[in-house]
Amino acid sequence: MGNYSTNEFRSGLKVMLDGDPCSILDNEFVKPGKGQAFNRVKLRNLKTGRVLEKTFKSGESIEAADVMDADMQYLYEDGDFWYFMEPNTFEQHQATETAVGDARLWLSEQDVCVVTLYNGSPLSVTPPNHVELEIVETDPGLRGDTAQGGNKPAKLVTGATVKVPLFLNEGEVVKVDTRTGEYQGRVKD
Amino acid sequence: MIDTWSPSAKPKILHARAKLLALLREFFAERSVLEVDPPLLAKTSVTDPYIESVKAQMGGESSYLQTSPEFFMKRMLASGLGDIYCLAKAFRDAEQGARHNPEFTLLEWYRVGWDEFKLIQEIETLIATVFNKFHQSAINIERLSYHDCFAQALQLNPHSASLESLQTMAVSQGYANWSNETRANCLDLLFSEIIEPKLPSGLVTVYDYPACQSALAQTYTDKNGRQVSRRFEVFLNCVELANGYFELTDAQQQRQRFTADINCRSQANKPVMEIDAKLDQAMQAGLPSSSGVALGVDRLLMQLCGLNSIEEVLAFPWSRC
Repeated sequence: MGNYSTNEFRSGLKVMLDGDPCSILDNEFVKPGKGQAFNRVKLRNLKTGRVLEKTFKSGESIEAADVMDADMQYLYEDGDFWYFMEPNTFEQHQATETAVGDARLWLSEQDVCVVTLYNGSPLSVTPPNHVELEIVETDPGLRGDTAQGGNKPAKLVTGATVKVPLFLNEGEVVKVDTRTGEYQGRVKD
Repeated sequence: MIDTWSPSAKPKILHARAKLLALLREFFAERSVLEVDPPLLAKTSVTDPYIESVKAQMGGESSYLQTSPEFFMKRMLASGLGDIYCLAKAFRDAEQGARHNPEFTLLEWYRVGWDEFKLIQEIETLIATVFNKFHQSAINIERLSYHDCFAQALQLNPHSASLESLQTMAVSQGYANWSNETRANCLDLLFSEIIEPKLPSGLVTVYDYPACQSALAQTYTDKNGRQVSRRFEVFLNCVELANGYFELTDAQQQRQRFTADINCRSQANKPVMEIDAKLDQAMQAGLPSSSGVALGVDRLLMQLCGLNSIEEVLAFPWSRC
C-alpha cells in the first residue's frame, strides 16, 4: 500500500496509525497566520471502534491501510466463526466473533451485509440497515390497543431484543432499523 | 446531490457582506485614511517560510498572485502617501479549511507616526463599531501579552524557555511529532492548540510576540533584557482575525530576515523566492515610522453572522470555482 499526505486526507480514508487500521472521520486544516500549518484529524480505530484525535504537520504522510468494504451474503455460523460469501466469486470468508460484533444479533441467512476486509480478512460486519425478523418471545398482545402508545420488550429469532407495540404477538414479523435497534413496523404476509 | 453552480453563501449573508464592506470604507473615510488598490499580480512575492504564493504566467514570465498588499503599500508609504488602507483580495496557495479559502478578502491599513498600541485601539474601535451596527450591542474587549497567555495556561515563559523545554512541553501535551521542531513552530502549536481555544470571548489582542516570530515587526529589549517583537495578533471569539506590527524600517535588518527566510525555505525544499528588490529600494529610501495591520474580512463576517465555515460567507469558495 502507498502513503497518503495530509492534503489527501478526507473522511472515509483508511490509514494505519500505531499499527492499527483507522478510518478518518474528520480533518481540520489549522494554520496560524505566519506559522506552520497542521491538520487536526479525528479517526476511528477500526479494530476497537474507539475514536481518537491526532495532529499532523501539513505535508506529513501516513501509510494507507489495506481496508476495503465488500457486499457479501451471510451463510451460517458454526459456533466459532460466521461465514460470508462474495456473490460474484463465491469466495467464502470466515469472521471471528469480535469482527461480527453486534451484527450477529441481526443476521439471518442469505442477508447481504457489508464486510470490511483488512489485509483480506473480515475486520467488521455491518448488517443491512433494515431487517425483518420474527418475534419468538414476548408477552401476549393486547387486542384493541393498536392506536395507543406504550411498548414491551420482544425477543427476535436472531437473539436481539427490541421494544415493540403492545398489540404484537409471538410469531409475527417486525421490521427493525439495525443502526438504532428501533422497531419500524409490522410486516404482514 | 447539492448543486455547485449557485452561491454557497445565502442571499442574506451576501447582503451582510456588502453592508460590512460599506461600513469598513465609511470608517476610514471618516478618518481621512486613503483607499489604495495595489496590484494583485506581481513579479515577486513574499519569502515567508510558511506562506506559499500562487504562481501565474504573464507573457511567459513567472509571476505571483499577492499574499497581501503589504509590499506595495510599504512602497506607497515610503513615497510619502501618508495613512492608507486597502480592502481587496489576497491569495495563499493550498490554504483550505473551515477558516481558510485560497482566495480571501483582506483589510490592510497603515498609520504613519503611530505605535502598535495606538493602532490596536483603532482596531478595537473599528470592531466595536461594526459589531454595534450588526447587533446593537457592545463587545468585550481585552488585551493580553503573549507572555501572560503562556504563563497562565502552561506556566511557561515563552521568551526565556529553552528550545528543549518547549519541545518537551509539546510532546507532553500529546504532540509527539513536534519533538524536533523549531522554537517558532513549538510556540505556534502550543498557542493554537492550548491557548487560543481558551482565550476570553469577544475581541482579544495578544501583543509582544516572541522575537523568533517577528516577521516584519521591530523588536525591543524588555525589562528582563530579552528581545521581544512589537508584533500583535487579534482574536475574535477565539478565531485569529488580524496580525499587525510596529513596522521594521531598517532596510538592512529587513534584508537579513528575508535572507533567513530564504535559507529556511531552501532547507525545507520549498520553491525559491527572491527578495523583492523594489521593496528593498523603498526601505532604503526610507519607510516612515508606522504601524500596520492586516485583518481577515471573511472571518470577521463569519463572526458577525455566527457562522463556523468560511464557505458560508463566500459566494463562490474554491470548491465552487
